[in-house]
Amino acid sequence: MNEIKDSAVEVKLPSRLGFEKIAMGTAASVAKLMGFPDDRIEDLKTAVAEACINAIEHANRLDDNLSVGIVLSATDDSLEVKVIDEGEGVADRPASPDIDRKMHGEEGTRGMGMFLIEALVDEAEWVKGTKGDKSYVRLVIRLNKKGN
Amino acid sequence: METGTKTNVDEITAGSGKSVSVLRFSGDISSTSRDTVLGAYGKIAKDRPVLLDFCRVDYINSSGIALVIQMMMEANKTGQEICAFGLTPHFQKVFTMVGITKYARLYPDENSAKATV
Repeated sequence: MNEIKDSAVEVKLPSRLGFEKIAMGTAASVAKLMGFPDDRIEDLKTAVAEACINAIEHANRLDDNLSVGIVLSATDDSLEVKVIDEGEGVADRPASPDIDRKMHGEEGTRGMGMFLIEALVDEAEWVKGTKGDKSYVRLVIRLNKKGN
Repeated sequence: METGTKTNVDEITAGSGKSVSVLRFSGDISSTSRDTVLGAYGKIAKDRPVLLDFCRVDYINSSGIALVIQMMMEANKTGQEICAFGLTPHFQKVFTMVGITKYARLYPDENSAKATV
């Protein structure tokens, strides 16, 4: 572990699709400095991108006046990423995607973001905003996973 | 911020002697790629297999994956064989996670795809 531990990096994005790539790049840089292997960095990049897209598209409804905050916090053995939006938070988690239902037109072809986030990181938590506090999704990847 | 999607179609002959369409993508594949991706797929002959080439794709998100599923749905309606190649190991894993491999085979490169269809 190097000097990045116990430090936080913050990024603020406009609610515009495409800007999630800035968050992906920043998360990848921090994870690389922490010593995560390339495959885990790819997992993190996809999870962070999907969390940002949800924040931009669904929570902030593509409103350019609203921003998405990303806070990356590194510890000895984990990287936590909070993606903070201005929406009301996730009410219900969608069911896992069912490819057979999608192929037969029984469920929409989209709606895979939250499933991918949960599948690709070690911990994922959606927190609804309360008075004065914004909603966010919190993602964690750990260095001590087998194979790291 | 997004790199636009570009498409190109090649007609090739596979190892089996069949004519095959190769739909080559480059740039990003996301929600803004819808017209480009589905428009290019719509122009392809449906009486032959199609290979989707992701070798020059920089970024795919879940909206981009949804477009791949839409192409698979169209192929399924006409019985067209659809395969993909050139995905990174990460996106091979993601495509498998969401179930795409149940309906479309993935190959590491064009030669292995051509040899099998």
